[in-house]
Amino acid sequence: MLELQDVCYQVDEEDNNKEILKHINLTIGHGFTAITGPNGGGKSTLAKLIAGIIRPTSGRILLDGEDITDLSITDHARKGISFAFQQPVRFKGLTVKDLITMAAGKDLGISQVCSYLSEVGLCARDYIDREVNASLSGGELKRIEIAMVLARSTKLTVFDEPEAGIDLWSFNNLIQVFENMRKNIDGSILIISHQERILNIADRILLIADGQIQSEGDRNDMLPKLLNGPGSICKVLTDKL
Amino acid sequence: MNRIEKNLLAEVAGIHEIPEGAYNLRTNGQSAGRNTTANIDIVTKEDKPGIDILVKPGTKNESIHIPVILSLSGLKDMVYNDFYIGENAEVTIVAGCGIHNCGDQSSEHDGVHTFHVGKNARVRYIEKHYGEGDGTGGRVMNPTTIIQIDEGGSLEMETTQIRGIDSTNRITRAELAERASLTVHEKIMTHGDQSAQTDFSVDLNGADSSANVISRSVARDRSHQHFCSNINGNARCAGHTECDAIIMDSAKVSASPKLSAGHIDAGLIHEAAIGKIAGEQLVKLMTLGLTEEEAEEQIVNGFLK
Repeated sequence: MLELQDVCYQVDEEDNNKEILKHINLTIGHGFTAITGPNGGGKSTLAKLIAGIIRPTSGRILLDGEDITDLSITDHARKGISFAFQQPVRFKGLTVKDLITMAAGKDLGISQVCSYLSEVGLCARDYIDREVNASLSGGELKRIEIAMVLARSTKLTVFDEPEAGIDLWSFNNLIQVFENMRKNIDGSILIISHQERILNIADRILLIADGQIQSEGDRNDMLPKLLNGPGSICKVLTDKL
Repeated sequence: MNRIEKNLLAEVAGIHEIPEGAYNLRTNGQSAGRNTTANIDIVTKEDKPGIDILVKPGTKNESIHIPVILSLSGLKDMVYNDFYIGENAEVTIVAGCGIHNCGDQSSEHDGVHTFHVGKNARVRYIEKHYGEGDGTGGRVMNPTTIIQIDEGGSLEMETTQIRGIDSTNRITRAELAERASLTVHEKIMTHGDQSAQTDFSVDLNGADSSANVISRSVARDRSHQHFCSNINGNARCAGHTECDAIIMDSAKVSASPKLSAGHIDAGLIHEAAIGKIAGEQLVKLMTLGLTEEEAEEQIVNGFLK
């Protein structure tokens, strides 16, 4: 279980302190939690705080009761947090197999690497020895990114906008990946998304805007409000969908 | 052969015992073993140190190993090896030099390899340079490679220098006839106070000839690297050269690409990039549980793989 206690994050901007996240209190338990909200609202910042890539200006982050606020990125990972980037990183020379092996933290047989790739809808034979470089498309990189977090199989996995930068065809495949993950869920999944089809498989939905949690609740309560409700919330989603 | 020499042999030629096929082993300036086959002859030069390697036309799927090992401090070795590859032959040549220097005098190996690649012959040439030993004496290697490829012939060269060579000046010259092709993959890593200079010059003289020269390097600590490449397109041809370097610590890297087209249908491209390891690459691998040092190591190893 992940707990954020009164977490704030500020950046210095031309002598002004800009508050990106304001007093976030949040508990993420077992199951599938989705975070949605307008761009610039603080969602990706929250994901980076959880992965340890940035540290909160104030407040504490606890994983299963242990304070991990000041731990390094490496230690966040080793404590059981995985993070799928919004923009997957390219590596000259490192292959798909290299990265999945590093993610698993142990030597994997070819068949195990292949099974992770198959889970994200990639034909393993075509990809296993490919370099993770500019020759791969956005959709392929995204799926390899997801295969890496599957290989880690940690107690908490954070996805930052898995739908960003991929075409509609790839998106349909991606939804299937998440639907499968939903069926076989073991631990906590936190997914930042603007897509109704992803929100639709979440147990719980949070709306973050202007650095604060605006509302949260079960999918069945939240989704109708987000899609049909009046005012800015509705506009946020229709802008995105 | 003692343990040090066996280790050097394994590093530069990937072999642990006497290789199969044709070979010539040179240890501390002396010939230490040779084997020829029905199709490949090796003859000692009479006018200067070195050997002629003669591959009969039509030879298929044979290999030639010619490792050089220096384990005595203060030795300066210079050899001239000429390869005559007959028409339509297909061979793999493994060369390389290992220096173990635990003394205080410099050990140096300078080799001039000249390839005469016949019509439609195909050569794969693998060259590794490696140095070790805890002496204060320098380990110096200056390889020169001269390549002439006749019509339709091809040469693929993989040259690697990952560890232990303090100073190197690597010169490669190539001339290509019609439909000939040359591919070079160079990998270099320097550390400490080492310096490495590489200098490629390729003349694409025949119609439809092509050259692809790719260099990947990592410069660590206080080391210096300089990459020079020059492709001359004198006919309808395709030339591509790429220099990609990772710079670390207080190292210095420079790249001087040059392209010269002397024909309207010469297509020449150069790409050069020098930069440190991208921060996002380190962060990504750290989110997989690697420490920063482990992440750096994986990125460098992958880059030079």
